[in-house]
Amino acid sequence: MSTQAEIIVAPPRVRRRATFFRLGDFPLIPALILLGIGFVAVFANLLAPHNPEVGSLVARFKPPFWQTGGTTKYLLGTDQLGRDVLSRLIFGARISMVVGLTAVMFAGVLGTVLGIVSGYLGGWVDQIVMRLTDTWLALPALTFAIFLAAIVGPSMWNIVLILGITYWTRYARVIRGEVLSLKEREFVRLAIVAGCSKRAIMLRHILPNVINTAIVLGTLELGVVIIAEASLSFLGVGVPPPQPAWGLMLSDGKQGLMVGYWWLTVFPGCCIMLMVLSANLLGDWLRVKLDPQLRQL
Amino acid sequence: MSSSTPSSVNYEPTRRGVPVSAAPLLELQNLSTHYVSAQGTRVVRAVDDVSLRIRAGETLGIVGESGSGKSTLALTILRILPPAARIVSGKMLLDGENILEKSDAEMRHIRGKRIAMILQDPMASLNPLFTIGDQVGEPIRVHDGASRATAWSRAKELLKAVRIPSPETRVTQYPHEMSGGMRQRIVGAIGISCEPRLLIADEPTTSLDLTIQAQYLKLLRDLQQQHHLALIFITHNLGIVAKMCDQLAVMYAGRVVESGPVSQIFNSPAHPYTEALLNSIPRMTDNAHRLTAIEGQPPDLAALPPGCAFAPRCPRAFDRCREAGPPEFRPSPGRTARCWLTAGSAAA
Repeated sequence: MSTQAEIIVAPPRVRRRATFFRLGDFPLIPALILLGIGFVAVFANLLAPHNPEVGSLVARFKPPFWQTGGTTKYLLGTDQLGRDVLSRLIFGARISMVVGLTAVMFAGVLGTVLGIVSGYLGGWVDQIVMRLTDTWLALPALTFAIFLAAIVGPSMWNIVLILGITYWTRYARVIRGEVLSLKEREFVRLAIVAGCSKRAIMLRHILPNVINTAIVLGTLELGVVIIAEASLSFLGVGVPPPQPAWGLMLSDGKQGLMVGYWWLTVFPGCCIMLMVLSANLLGDWLRVKLDPQLRQL
Repeated sequence: MSSSTPSSVNYEPTRRGVPVSAAPLLELQNLSTHYVSAQGTRVVRAVDDVSLRIRAGETLGIVGESGSGKSTLALTILRILPPAARIVSGKMLLDGENILEKSDAEMRHIRGKRIAMILQDPMASLNPLFTIGDQVGEPIRVHDGASRATAWSRAKELLKAVRIPSPETRVTQYPHEMSGGMRQRIVGAIGISCEPRLLIADEPTTSLDLTIQAQYLKLLRDLQQQHHLALIFITHNLGIVAKMCDQLAVMYAGRVVESGPVSQIFNSPAHPYTEALLNSIPRMTDNAHRLTAIEGQPPDLAALPPGCAFAPRCPRAFDRCREAGPPEFRPSPGRTARCWLTAGSAAA
């Protein structure tokens, strides 16, 4: 049997590389959705049929084209200012992607570094970082973000900063826990015995072992951050109007829900849901793939 | 109690015919390591007043029960003790330099480069995320600043040296693709990668089955001969000591109760504890149905009895043993024993 032969004779490196992208378990649909959103975000200028920030008041509350009263000019209808919902969704993807990814990365780098340092060095460094995290976690994240937004004022990059500062604690906590168990592992002791410095051990032995956790956490956080961004926009302290953030669209459309203007909230809601779900599914797959021990299974 | 083999005063060449240099490579003088509790109220004397010496090409076995301070001694030599431990007194001379006076940065250059160590569980000693080549080459990169390519080609040579078949493909593989025996040998290869002068093996075979144990011990011995290493072998297996070691130090409650050439100690133990240890090895020829054990429990290292630590369990203890701890006597040249019974036959 060929599978048996593979187990006995260790497969050469080339072959393993090839199996890394084996399509069987690859989450194709989530990947395509994320790629699609990314593509739309990059080429928003070319794809959007209308200006997302300017509408015509004569064409207010037009329904999607398949409903009576809808036109193919506005495929997904228009909002209370007559702006094209589709175009706003397309440009909103850009904001969600940029804000989501950069905020997750910012939070991830901050939290991972603090988590590793705190876990590995221990002692008073650990005390300070962990008490700081406790304090941070005691504050309701969204309230804290609103508070920060009120201080620095609403703009897209401020939102990135705020979300990063708000959500690093989860990384720090989880990574620190991982480091605590890692640093007692024999291979770390072997590195100490071999004469590696603390910095070298943290960089070469600890970091690669926690980076998977950080990435998986990142994909989960991506959902949280996108929702937080949407919430901030919904509450009016996020990305300032007339920029088309998905959360802002939800917020604007919520009054319309009662009188039947469902397209104002359902479409951006679906976009948020699809993006968050895809990110999580992809993250789950990545977690398995990044572990050389699980990779062969 | 005194030994009857004064001919091997300088005990060289060793039993295995490995030439031994005269000057000690590592000399521990009255070394003490204590664990101090956070409030400073409890002091555990894990290593107490230990004096030992080992020369290049020589194998020193350290035996003792669990908790007798063997591993703490190894950590003390490398100065990688946990934060609660303090080296409170003594000297550690490596080639005549006291390494207790070295800074942390200087110590890093000694670890792995001049003193290497094989840990208790070599199975877990490899980082699951790096290839074998990267890990075997790491000490070379750390200490000699070698490039990745140089380190890899050196890693291949080292794998060959520890008899791993097809090292070219093995360097590109990950630890989980290796068998236990192979991982063990790879850890051995990491140990010798920078050609250290002293290799400390802390119970390196406890996690292996017997046939692989024998292979690995033979490998260690061959490596030692090829590289003229000094080897400190920490174990509780006296059978391994008999096979592997030239010198033996028996530890009890943090102290070296007896030391000297293996053959002499096995033939005529000077300390009742050593005697009891030797008697507790089960033999095929024994007709007794019960295994011989040493009665009683090892003492609490934080509350040692006033006299000899072994006195409460010692079948031959007398009044003096319970009053004062014995100093290190020399029943014959090259041997030491901490026992009042040897006081008559030797000078302190």
